[in-house]
Amino acid sequence: MTDAPPKISLKNVKKAFGDKVVLDGVNLDVAVGESVVIIGGSGTGKSVAIKCILGLLTPDEGTIEIDGRDVLDMTPREREKLNMQIGMLFQAAALFDSLPVWENVSFGLLAEKRCGRDEARDIALEKMALVGLKPDIADLSPADLSGGMQKRVGLARAIAIDPSIIFFDEPTTGLDPIMADVINKLIVHVNENVGATALTITHDMASAKKIGDRIAMLYEGKIIWAGPPDDVDQSGNDYLDQFIHGRTTGPIKMAIRA
Amino acid sequence: MTMTLGFLQSIGRVFLAFMGTAGRLSLFTISATSHCFRAPWYFRIIGRQMIEIGYYSLPVVGLTAVFAGMVLALQSYTGFARFSAEGAIANVVVLSITRELGPVLAGLMVAGRIGAAMAAEIGTMRVTEQIDALTTLSTNPMKYLVAPRLIAGVTMMPFLVFIADIIGVFGGYLVAVYKLGFNPANYLQNTWNFLEISDVISGLVKASAFGFIVTLMGCYHGYNSKGGAQGVGAATTNAVVSASILILCFDYILTEIFFAK
Ligand SMILES: Nc1ncnc2c1ncn2[C@@H]1O[C@H](COP(=O)(O)OP(=O)(O)O)[C@@H](O)[C@H]1O
Ligand SMILES: [Mg+2]
Repeated sequence: MTDAPPKISLKNVKKAFGDKVVLDGVNLDVAVGESVVIIGGSGTGKSVAIKCILGLLTPDEGTIEIDGRDVLDMTPREREKLNMQIGMLFQAAALFDSLPVWENVSFGLLAEKRCGRDEARDIALEKMALVGLKPDIADLSPADLSGGMQKRVGLARAIAIDPSIIFFDEPTTGLDPIMADVINKLIVHVNENVGATALTITHDMASAKKIGDRIAMLYEGKIIWAGPPDDVDQSGNDYLDQFIHGRTTGPIKMAIRA
Repeated sequence: MTMTLGFLQSIGRVFLAFMGTAGRLSLFTISATSHCFRAPWYFRIIGRQMIEIGYYSLPVVGLTAVFAGMVLALQSYTGFARFSAEGAIANVVVLSITRELGPVLAGLMVAGRIGAAMAAEIGTMRVTEQIDALTTLSTNPMKYLVAPRLIAGVTMMPFLVFIADIIGVFGGYLVAVYKLGFNPANYLQNTWNFLEISDVISGLVKASAFGFIVTLMGCYHGYNSKGGAQGVGAATTNAVVSASILILCFDYILTEIFFAK
């Protein structure tokens, strides 16, 4: 492969809550400019994995490197600096409900004092247009928006700081099919034209194939399969097959009793 | 034998849980306080919190103070009449209000109003991952959420209590003059003569300490809340109850420091 260190590298990352093991030795490398999609059932720890990379949770074991630097033993100040080049879309958007929509979108810019408030508002409107939001909602409170609109505001907030790494936690969940496609195209655009490294979580296989250079499946705390989208359909992996076809029979046992 | 062991075990568990909470609270207090003294400061948020605490709490605190002053005048009049010391009621009112009731009542009212609101707001931000979002946007949540509230609480409570002092004394004056028939000039003279600057200052220092306690408890319980709406509800209750107990507890300690010689 290349000589440059991967943008993001997880080695043997483990995380448990109490006795409940969520991540059980995750290994994953994401190259610079690559777009990797993580798929897997609900509750398998996809969000937990991203939170470990972001430093919101501390893994029990293993190492996480960004640009070849171990992020787990960074000082808070170094961590804060690193966060300036990372964008994150939370699963439930996590918008600040004490601030109007436009201030949510430009929050990172203002926090880092990259520009004044007037300019921040202009940039916010521009990013909102990218995700299909009209300027007339700029002064509303996020609580007054529909779930899908909140998601898009969260997306605009994540890309507003022009990050070099961007995480999307279920970006298309809760959107109508057309808007989902707009968001898929936007993620591809951010990844290809802006050159950001992207790590996306999704359940939506159509979306995964559109935005991923590589797809990785998380199951029982491990990455059990990873490969390009074209190989997904003939992977020969029973777990993956069952997941992408949404079958109830197969090696993945649902914890429900008949 | 096993019964004693079980008993000792449960004592041990309670003790460990207590020490764990005390340790977490101490760390939170140290971290929160140190952020109050280090840049950047979010003046916009500090200002908003100051208005919330200092201005919007005025009606509640003022009402409490005026009735406290009125009831003090009435009580001490009827009580002191038994040994013909009615003349002292002006002193009783002004000393009780400035040294004790002003700061304590204002502290308790603000705990109910502000401490609860802070715990609910920060708790909701915790369970909806807004606090995580702050971190990813290069903003330290301790600095952005907690420090401004502590600063506002510590600085605004003395103002609030100073106004409560005036209103409370005025309440006593109303009852003394219009109900008990005291001479207004004499009553004011008595109020003024026996009041020392240290009485007022000690009350204002208490107020500042109570402002710290209320905002700290609101932030601490909100910040550490978990488990959805129920967790936020529990955080709100805990913030008010713990702040109220700590206020009464520190009221005694501070009084001991100021006046026990
Ligand atoms: N802060 C936490 N405390 C305890 N358990 C958690 C916490 N965060 C996540 N979990 C548990 O970890 C598991 C994985 O969660 P998550 O990563 O959110 O799943 P998903 O793959 O659907 O995103 C879930 O069972 C969840 O209950
Ligand atoms: Mg998730």
